[in-house]
Amino acid sequence: MRRPWRFAAEASALLVAAVVAFPLYWMVLSAFKPAGEIESDAPRPWTLAPSFDAFRRVFGQQEFGRYFLNSLVVAGTVVIASALIAFLAATAVTRFRFRFRTTLLIMFLVAQMVPVEALTIPLFFLMRDLGQLNTLGSLILPHIAFSLPFAIWMLRGFVKAVPEALEEAAYLDGASRARFLWQILFPLVLPGLVATSVFSFISTWNDFLFAKSFIISDTSRSTLPMALLVFYKPDDPDWGGVMAASTVMTVPVLVFFVLVQRRLVSGLGGAVKD
Amino acid sequence: MTATARARTGTPWIYLAPALVVLAGLLVYPVYQLGLISVLEYTQAQVSGGQPTSFQGLGNYAELFGDTEFWRVLVATVVFAAACVVSTLAVGCALAVLLTRVRAVPRLALMLAALGAWATPAVTGSTVWLLLFDPDFGPVNRVLGLGDHSWTYGRYSAFALVLLEVVWCSFPFVMVTVYAGIRAVPAEVLEAAALDGASQWRTWRSVLAPMLRPILVVVTIQSVIWDFKVFTQIYVMTGGGGIAGQNLVLNVYAYQKAFASSQYSLGSAIGVVMLLILLAVTLGYLRLLRRQGEEL
Repeated sequence: MRRPWRFAAEASALLVAAVVAFPLYWMVLSAFKPAGEIESDAPRPWTLAPSFDAFRRVFGQQEFGRYFLNSLVVAGTVVIASALIAFLAATAVTRFRFRFRTTLLIMFLVAQMVPVEALTIPLFFLMRDLGQLNTLGSLILPHIAFSLPFAIWMLRGFVKAVPEALEEAAYLDGASRARFLWQILFPLVLPGLVATSVFSFISTWNDFLFAKSFIISDTSRSTLPMALLVFYKPDDPDWGGVMAASTVMTVPVLVFFVLVQRRLVSGLGGAVKD
Repeated sequence: MTATARARTGTPWIYLAPALVVLAGLLVYPVYQLGLISVLEYTQAQVSGGQPTSFQGLGNYAELFGDTEFWRVLVATVVFAAACVVSTLAVGCALAVLLTRVRAVPRLALMLAALGAWATPAVTGSTVWLLLFDPDFGPVNRVLGLGDHSWTYGRYSAFALVLLEVVWCSFPFVMVTVYAGIRAVPAEVLEAAALDGASQWRTWRSVLAPMLRPILVVVTIQSVIWDFKVFTQIYVMTGGGGIAGQNLVLNVYAYQKAFASSQYSLGSAIGVVMLLILLAVTLGYLRLLRRQGEEL
């Protein structure tokens, strides 16, 4: 490409990156600003007196640490459980030929399209009948179910990519089916599992509707999105508190993303190449 | 049939069992319940067991379809989702192409910024964007010199603000996926096109676009599904649906009907309508895949 064009392209890439990153920068900045500076008519994009007041307020006013832990437990359980279940199911639909296989695949695809939010009402009654309202189980169970179809659909490509010859060689060497599954196939599919788990982690960590609907009276079981909104009163929001809580809520996801970043890009590439 | 062969036919079902049990209990059964509640009389009295449930037939649907507010919300949902999908795809694809044209440092910067936006939880993103556009303390109004103009007061400016946030947090998925797709195109193919004297535009139109088509279909469908179901952003940014419900979309509308005014049957009927619309999209998608000859 000619020089001036590449320069223009690179300049605009950097500009777009700055615009996209700006809201996150402003969030962290506002979390560290002292109260007087946030509620000012002339907001400045820097602060000369960073303070931890907002964070202290967040962790002091409520059992914020507990909500953080609740969110972590829910998201962690969902990621591990759905990854294992989806791995088994994806193996079944790619490594075996059996009746209703295509029907099942189409059903998994259709299941992905079900608007989870529309099911809040029947799930609310289901959780009530199971005695799960106000427990973390009421968040874990539906989220496992809703991340499965997409996870199975995505893992299919990764399982398919492992050559059949490897499987035959393993059996010839006397490996049992279980041994092949967990010691050979599982490690090979791991990058795909990581890419898939990003989606289930995010949708669970972000979940607001189920937490709002199923955790109705026992606030000790609240998760972070609910806790954050305590600081956001539409008429008089505590912006410092909201931004500090937002920062605390966003950091774990960012860390998770940076850790799996490389695998995510190659994982998506692998899934779509198929 | 030998013993091992019989074991083989049973094995896939053993592997599938956990997934099928979970999906049957927490997806299929609730869908059935949703349909059931939508044809019953189901309000607070029935929930608490004070009154028996009674069969309403299509009465709830008749009530819903007779309500002008429902049609207004339906139209708003479709238009809003379409605007989100088009903007997200345009931004995502343009930036994916841009990523292939720059060297490592700008690429990394854009990639990291996009991953940051992607990773931001919807609730957090909503509150941050509200602060950015806050009439009193937000930087955007200062920079644009808008004084204390309120973005959430007018119907269209409120929808526009939510649209910006939605595009911000959903273009990264499109960008990363399309970028991965472009990178997966073998270099030899592009070299061959260049050797044959194809122009940049011609290469894009006749070589890249057809190879990327399956990916574009996937990201389009995913975007349609996600944007049609936007809940958190609308709920948080417009305070539960805006002034006098001017910013309601179907999802929030169903939630308000069910949990705010205890009309569970009407809420479920709205859910069924959403389900049917998305099902139609899915079937269209499946036909498209079939026509492309992809083997399931």
